[in-house]
Amino acid sequence: MSEGYRHSVMLDEKLCKGCTNCIKKCPMEAIRVQRGKAKILDSKCIDCGECIKICPYKAKVAITDSWDMLSEYKYKIALPAPSLYMQFDLNTYSRKHIIAALMELGFDYVYEVARGAEISTIESNKYLHEHTEKWPLISTACPAVVRLIQLRYPNLIPNLLPIKSPMEIAAQNSRREFCKMKGVEPKDVGVFFISPCAAKMTSVKAPLEVEKSGVDCVIPIKEVYPKILKLLSKMKNSEVDKIMLQAGKYGVRWASTGGEALSIDSKRVLYVDGIKNVVNIMEDLEDDRIKNIEFIEASACTGGCTGGPLTVENMYVAKNRSRQQLEDEPIPYKEIEPEELENTAWEKMIEPCEIEKLDPDMFKAMEKLNQINEIYAQLPALDCGACGSPSCRCLAEDVVRGKAKTTDCIFILRRKIRMLANEMMMVNSGLDDVIERNAAEAENENK
Amino acid sequence: MSGQTITLHYDIDAVDFSTAGEASSGVKRTLNKLGVNPAVVKRVAIAMYEAEINAIIHAGGGAADVEITPEKVIVKISDHGPGIPDMQKAMTAGWSTASETVRELGFGAGMGLPNMQRYTDDMHVESKVGEGTTVTLIVNIT
Repeated sequence: MSEGYRHSVMLDEKLCKGCTNCIKKCPMEAIRVQRGKAKILDSKCIDCGECIKICPYKAKVAITDSWDMLSEYKYKIALPAPSLYMQFDLNTYSRKHIIAALMELGFDYVYEVARGAEISTIESNKYLHEHTEKWPLISTACPAVVRLIQLRYPNLIPNLLPIKSPMEIAAQNSRREFCKMKGVEPKDVGVFFISPCAAKMTSVKAPLEVEKSGVDCVIPIKEVYPKILKLLSKMKNSEVDKIMLQAGKYGVRWASTGGEALSIDSKRVLYVDGIKNVVNIMEDLEDDRIKNIEFIEASACTGGCTGGPLTVENMYVAKNRSRQQLEDEPIPYKEIEPEELENTAWEKMIEPCEIEKLDPDMFKAMEKLNQINEIYAQLPALDCGACGSPSCRCLAEDVVRGKAKTTDCIFILRRKIRMLANEMMMVNSGLDDVIERNAAEAENENK
Repeated sequence: MSGQTITLHYDIDAVDFSTAGEASSGVKRTLNKLGVNPAVVKRVAIAMYEAEINAIIHAGGGAADVEITPEKVIVKISDHGPGIPDMQKAMTAGWSTASETVRELGFGAGMGLPNMQRYTDDMHVESKVGEGTTVTLIVNIT
C-alpha cells in the first residue's frame, strides 16, 4: 500500500453534525462519533461508500482527482466505466454520442472499460476451468468486496479470481495502443478513469493486486456528467459517426448486477449485490454452506456499479437502460487481439489483515473478551448509538481497547448521576442532623 | 491449565429454520476476536453448524454449550430428541433418517456426523433412545 494513502472515503468535519446515521449503516463498524464528529477507522474501512449514501449532511465525501488534472498531461485517455453510459437517456443518445462528447471535452483517446470487461471475461473463463479446485471463484472487479475479504474472510482469499479488473486491463491496453498509434512516450499520457465509486480511487492509489495502477487519475461520474450532458445535443452527426465502438453488449452489461456472472461460461453462477447481502453470502461460503456454485459475482453497491455513490441517475432507471441496451445491441463481443490478453493476471497475491483480534496474546485476548462480556452485561442493549459506537457490544469492546469510557453510555451516566444524587441526599440528611444537634447543644449551653 | 476460559451458551430453536447457524456464527465471531487461526475457526464453524442442524432436524432443537481455552474449543450440542438407535450406521457417510420434508429443504444427506468427525480433532456422541443425544466436538487451537 502506498505510503500515507489508505482511503478515499473521508469526512468533511465542517459539515458533520455528529449524528449516528453513518455509524449505524457502516457494514464494517468502522465509524465512531467522538467529540461530536464522525471518525473513520482506517484499518476497518473498505471504501464501500455506504456512509456517503446515508449522510444527510453530505459530510462524507470521496476524495478523487479533479477535472483540472487534465492539464497536467500532454495526452489524455478517458476510460469510461460501463455505468457512465447508463446515466444518460439512451433512447435519444447512443453510446457513440457519449464517447464523442468525451473526445470533445479534450480527451485524445477513449478506451471503453467495457472492452476491458470482455477481456477479463475471456481470461476468467480460462482460469475458472483450469482451477476447478478453487470453486467457487469470487469476482474481484469490486474493490470493496476484495477488501472485505482481505479483512474479514481470510479463508476465502484463495477463492479470489486473480485476474486484473476491467479498469486495469483497459488502462494498460489503452496506453499501449495510444503510444503505438501516435508514437508518443507513455509518461506523456495521462489515463483517466471515469468512476462510479470511491473504492476504485483507493484501488488506483493503493492497489492490492498490482504494483502500480495503470490509471493516473480517477474522476467521478457525477463530475463529468454535466459536462457531457451539455454537449450531447450539440454533437454533430459527422463527429458521432466517426466513433468506433470497441465493446459489445457482454462488456457493457457489467454496469449492473449479473452482467459479469452471465458472461461466465457456467450455469452455476451466483450474483449478489448490496454490501450486507455480500457479507451474508461470504459468511455462508466460508462455512461451506454454499454448494455446487462455480463463480460468484459480488458488488458492494445495490444494483452493481450503476448504484455507485458517485453516480447521478437513479439506480433502477440506470439498470433498466442497461437491460434495454442489451436488447438493442447487436454485437455480443468485439474481436479481441492476442496482444490485449497479455499481462492480465494479478501481479501479487493479497495478504490477509487481521482486524478483529483483541490482543496478539491469546491468553490476554480471552481476558479482554471476558471484560467485554462483563461491560456488555451492564449496558442497556438498545444499540442507540448515542455513545458514538454503533452498538452496545461495540462500545464494550471500545472500552476494553481503551478507546471509550462506560460513561459514554448515557444510560450508565444517568444511573451514576442518580447514585451520586442519592448519596448527596444521604450526606445532606446527615448534615441536617448535625446542624440541628449542634444548634440544640448550643441552646442548652446558653441556658 | 492456564485457567482462562470463555464459556458461551446458546439455545437452538427448532421452529425456525432461518435461525439455524446462529450459534455457530456467534462462536465464529468470538474465535476471530481471540485471534484463533482462521483455518481452525472455519473447522469449528462447519462442525458446529452440522451439529446444530442435526439438533433441529432430528430432535426439535436443543442447546449449545461452548468452552474455549487457549488450547482447544469444546462444543457440546445436546438435545432431548429420539436418540440414535444404531451409532455405527449414523456415522456412515450417506446414511440418513431425515424425513422427506427435511430433504426437500436440502438437508439430510447423511453427511452430518461424518462431516463433524472430519472437521474435528476429537468427537464423542452419547445417545440414549427416547432420552436424547449429546454430541461433543473438540478442535485443538494449538
